[in-house]
Amino acid sequence: MTSLVLGAILAAGAVLLTAMPFIQHADNLNAPLDGPTPEQERRIAVIEERDRALSALKELEFDHRTGKIDDTDYRTLVGPLRRTAADALRIIDEGAAKE
Amino acid sequence: MADLGRAALIVSFGLALWALVAGIAGAKANRRLLVDSARNALIACFVSTFVASAILASALVRHDFTFTYVASHTSHDLPTLYSLSAFWGGQEGSLLLWLLILSAYAAVTVTLNKRLLRDLIAWTVPVFAGIATFFSFILVAVSSPFVTQSRAVDGAGLTPSLQNPYMVAHPPMLYLGYVGLTVPFAFAAGALLSRQADERWLIATRRWTLLAWMFLGFGQLLGSHWAYVEVGWGGYYAWDPVENAALMPWLVATAFLHSVMIQERKGMLKIWNVVLVSLAFELSVFGTFLTRSGVINSIHSFAKSSIGPWFLVFVCITTIFSTTLILTRMPLLRARTKLESALSREATFLYNNLLLVALSLTILWGVLFPVLTQIFIGESKTIGRPYYDFFLRAFGLPLLLLMGIGPLIAWRRASVRSLLTTLRWPMSVAIIAGIGLVIAGAGSSYPGLIAYTFCAFVLTTIVVEVVRGTRATGSLTELVGRNRRRYGGYVVHFAIVMLAIGIAGSSAYGTTKEQFLNPGQTMTVAGYHVTYKKLEVEKGATSSETRAVLTFTGKATGTLKSGTNAYFADGSSSREVGIHTNWLRAEDLYVIFDQKQGGGVYFKVLVKPLVNLIWIAGIIFVIGSLVALWPDAREQKKLVARLALARA
Repeated sequence: MTSLVLGAILAAGAVLLTAMPFIQHADNLNAPLDGPTPEQERRIAVIEERDRALSALKELEFDHRTGKIDDTDYRTLVGPLRRTAADALRIIDEGAAKE
Repeated sequence: MADLGRAALIVSFGLALWALVAGIAGAKANRRLLVDSARNALIACFVSTFVASAILASALVRHDFTFTYVASHTSHDLPTLYSLSAFWGGQEGSLLLWLLILSAYAAVTVTLNKRLLRDLIAWTVPVFAGIATFFSFILVAVSSPFVTQSRAVDGAGLTPSLQNPYMVAHPPMLYLGYVGLTVPFAFAAGALLSRQADERWLIATRRWTLLAWMFLGFGQLLGSHWAYVEVGWGGYYAWDPVENAALMPWLVATAFLHSVMIQERKGMLKIWNVVLVSLAFELSVFGTFLTRSGVINSIHSFAKSSIGPWFLVFVCITTIFSTTLILTRMPLLRARTKLESALSREATFLYNNLLLVALSLTILWGVLFPVLTQIFIGESKTIGRPYYDFFLRAFGLPLLLLMGIGPLIAWRRASVRSLLTTLRWPMSVAIIAGIGLVIAGAGSSYPGLIAYTFCAFVLTTIVVEVVRGTRATGSLTELVGRNRRRYGGYVVHFAIVMLAIGIAGSSAYGTTKEQFLNPGQTMTVAGYHVTYKKLEVEKGATSSETRAVLTFTGKATGTLKSGTNAYFADGSSSREVGIHTNWLRAEDLYVIFDQKQGGGVYFKVLVKPLVNLIWIAGIIFVIGSLVALWPDAREQKKLVARLALARA
């Protein structure tokens, strides 16, 4: 009998937790998912590109300081990375300005 | 209470099924409340599975023999700790542990990421739920731990070899590892299903993957130590199918932990990374299938049953699912950048990936060979140790070398000139070490000599990296704090070097001698003079213990006992080896009581140089992993900032 009661309590608790979103938002049952829009997805990609370029620049600086990259290689690599980071920053800024 | 346990499992099954159905419906129809409900169901699934687990654990500790499972795996005289460890000593308990850990991982990871990755979580929940549905179904309908019987006077007890402290920790560690690999799989599948191929799933699961990888690696070392001290054959890894089953996903996960860095830095290898994540997950389920199905003979197949076909179907379904998903999402995963140079950090990671996956697949071939030969030629043929040892050397030694070269090469592109400059110290030390080893007589084993030379190379690389980095930043604390993953990784590399030295030392330079000794007689092995003194027989509570008392002189002096235990409960016996550890040499004198004949005994004595470095490596490995996976608030902030900026 105890098992039956405890089992029923467990099942009721589970049902309550599962149904909670519907209970809490009964007025808006068809609420859509708050996922990124295609525009936001594009921005996420640009932000990732910027973060990637900035961390690559940091890595490059560190590799240069620890002697893994000599001056010639450093000069060759640093330019394109700075341009990529700058391009990404510009796109993000332009997006923000439009907003 | 068995009824409550059964009810809790039925509730878990119902919740997992709801999370699967509502999750898919919500994600497809873009309905937030359905998705949230599915997520809550997954959390509730953990709670009900926890209740079921607590009931089983309580029954085991109380020796409630109305539970068939408890009666089959414990007895009145079994100490409480081993009674509790019987939870994973049998099939039903192991499956319940799988579900408990899975639902715990799912509940925690989904809750932690519910706001930042809402769109991705919508699809991650049904993936977790699908797996939980399978395990809860098996527990409810096929292999329940809550089957009852009329109360027995006493239980059958736990297999004697499992009554060992290592067996208390080893299986849960492995399960935490196996099941933990579900987290990156579920998030990767969620990302692909939601068509979000950005890096958010990688950032969200990185630490969970590392955690699972750490548990799987440490769990294997615990198992090796158990085999070494308890199974009593003188080794620690037998290339047994079940041992291999844990090694394969660990190797693939190791490859992933390296290749994921390329995706983070260059946006490359997206396809390869989801393939690795899927493969690691499939191999972890396959490992459970191997352990539990009894399809392949193994010393670890403690429970053979009929759940094999269910698992096989599950492995097939998940493989088809992940393969189809990757193929259909291929356009999303194509990289826009290319490998800039074959001489770069990312290139060495790529080589290491190929070697790790090749080693893993080679082992898989060896594991499947008996089954395939049985199917195709009607006769089961087993692949032996030489096959595995050959490929371990063929792939393992280049991997060791890459572990030394990789950290010294710059990202993107390195010139031969700068590479030679950075390599000069490690190369010099390795050459000197190699020559020194030949002079010291280590040339008797070429693989051993090469392994040691490469180990010297890697160790110098680590030292050079830390010294240069400290010079560049001005402080070791700041250096490690700035990039815990990298320097935690170097600690792990150090552990792998210790492991390699231990394996090479104990296998390539070990000594074994078998001899029949009467009391008072002495045998000499690798500088130890071992004398058999007398035989002692003692009746314990559960077994009759026979022990040969031996003394030894030479490299060290002392006494040890080696013998056998004959268990009353099931008539089985176990070897109880005598081990003397010489910590100065990290060496073991290992005595096996082979066979008694008249007044004498056949002894097998092994001297295993440096074997203890393997166990020390385990501790270092855990420390390094913890350094690498310790939560970093900066990453979470980065994720929050990305999303906030995207939504601004």
